[in-house]
Amino acid sequence: MNKPMKTLTNGLLRENPTFGLVLGMCPTLATTTSAINGMSMGLATLFVLVCSNVVISLLRNLIPDKVHIPAYIVVIASFVTMVQLLMQAYVPAIYETLGLFIPLIVVNCIVLGRAEAFAAKNNVGLSALDGLGMGLGFTLSLTVLGAIRELLGSGMCFGMPVFPEQYGMLIFVLAPGAFIALAYLMAGVNKLRKRMDA
Amino acid sequence: MKRLESNLKNMSLSLTIVALAAAALLGGLYVLTEEPIARQKAEKQQKAITSVLPATEGIEIAEPEMVDGMTLYKAYAGGEFAGAAVQAEENGFGGKFKVMVGFDKDGNIVNYEVLEHQETPGLGDHMVSWFKTDKGNQSVIGRSPATANFTVGKDGGDVDAITAATISSRAFLKAVCHAYEAYADQQADAESGATALSEAAEIAETADITAGEDAAGNETSSESNNETPVQS
Amino acid sequence: MVYFLIIISAIFVNNIVFSQFLGICPFLGVSKKIDTAAGMGAAVTFVLTLATVVTYLLQKYVLVQFHVEFLQTILFILVIAALVQIIEIVLKKISPSLYQALGVFLPLITTNCCILGVAILVADGTWAGKVPGAEANLLQGTVYAFATALGFALALILFAGIREQLSMNKVPKAMEGTPIALLTAGLLAMAFMGFSGVV
Repeated sequence: MNKPMKTLTNGLLRENPTFGLVLGMCPTLATTTSAINGMSMGLATLFVLVCSNVVISLLRNLIPDKVHIPAYIVVIASFVTMVQLLMQAYVPAIYETLGLFIPLIVVNCIVLGRAEAFAAKNNVGLSALDGLGMGLGFTLSLTVLGAIRELLGSGMCFGMPVFPEQYGMLIFVLAPGAFIALAYLMAGVNKLRKRMDA
Repeated sequence: MKRLESNLKNMSLSLTIVALAAAALLGGLYVLTEEPIARQKAEKQQKAITSVLPATEGIEIAEPEMVDGMTLYKAYAGGEFAGAAVQAEENGFGGKFKVMVGFDKDGNIVNYEVLEHQETPGLGDHMVSWFKTDKGNQSVIGRSPATANFTVGKDGGDVDAITAATISSRAFLKAVCHAYEAYADQQADAESGATALSEAAEIAETADITAGEDAAGNETSSESNNETPVQS
Repeated sequence: MVYFLIIISAIFVNNIVFSQFLGICPFLGVSKKIDTAAGMGAAVTFVLTLATVVTYLLQKYVLVQFHVEFLQTILFILVIAALVQIIEIVLKKISPSLYQALGVFLPLITTNCCILGVAILVADGTWAGKVPGAEANLLQGTVYAFATALGFALALILFAGIREQLSMNKVPKAMEGTPIALLTAGLLAMAFMGFSGVV
């Protein structure tokens, strides 16, 4: 596989932020009460990841080493604020459901982590692809987890009823269910990965 | 290109430039999004008000008034009082929630809309639709706290509580009762000034009808708040 | 009385880890031993309380004053990062023993989302909606932040205790590491759900 392709798929599979790197757990657990919520959170993070990776890659030689962390934080925080403003203006309903977790993208370890580990060392094109791959990987895991919790908890899939709500296991929509669903999902992914490696 | 050296001049310069660029960009975006954000908020409020009021043709909503610490929006159809929407607040199970309750001119509940809540998903958050669903005694639509006992069945009332969410249900009904009190207080004021209102309306339909009503209301009741004159 | 309610609510009913999902990364990362968990808990308590006071004042006297509330995220994260640096330097100078105990955890705290999360909750006053009778002022906000941090420390220490025991047991291969930790956290969260409705 050539390098750009490898960079893109890296985040989706091998180093998936949730299942491989185990980063960004707070939004993963908090916003996945439904598939749509999980997906919106993933897409907001994707936007910040791609933009900050591109800008940081552009600036990587202009920022002296000793101040690179504060400079990166300023760049990331600006993009997060942009997402906040744009979401408030055009998708206020989603902004309200995700609430506090939108500004908290700033401290999502994936964003600063990728800036440090990848964008600071690679060119703009690759950094953008890395951000895109990581963002898509994150969105995918959040959507899957959200879909599972929504289905088990309230009998719906992307808001469409699958079976009557009273047969749902409410616990999966509540806080403990988030931990438990993610635990089994992760165990499943581990098992799958082992089989693929063997 | 080699990375810039970490000396004081380079460090402060690069940080300042990054910070200034970020501030300028955000400032610009803020100015651009300020108007859509304000419009979204206003639209949401407006939609909540109209959805809880009687669906009469040509209904007009007056400027908000404060009654008993709650915001009250009066509605007029063809110059006649048609009902009012009251925004009430109460502590539920998971925290404060806000609900907009609409009454028709006889004090019966037309509809309600939960504006904000933090109730448990799958339990307390059923309040969004539970009390609108026509099943058993759970719906409050078309009923009035004046004629029915607005407490949950467990407390000897006439309304069925949400399954497994009695605390949320109690809080919701309390909020509705508070909203009704505000509506009733306001009605009591308005009725004493009703003659003034109808005269004013007859004389000139385009006139500021509720100014007369407000003035009359203030004469008879010390409770009424002297709010901004209402536009018809 | 209201302070009592705030404290109970912040530690048990709305525990920051188990019901608000903030600070999960350090919760999973530094919970293998009780000692380190206690150190992290203490460091978070210290920084969280201080950061909340500073950010609350900034929100009230700078952001709101100049109508630039939209700069909240960017300003708060910078202030928290700077504050952590200052605490590190000051601690090194005045109390080397305390620095020995907390020093290693301090750099990790900047990206702990419970610091920024609680700072925003207190500055916006949204936390007060969860406690009947509470007002979003500086004193009550600070008490809330302090109690929240204690709740974090409690969760971390409880969890570390369980994980110490767990490490001696056999776990299915696929569940090793993070999955079993998450499952344990899920059971703890269920236990904490028993507190809901107390306040």
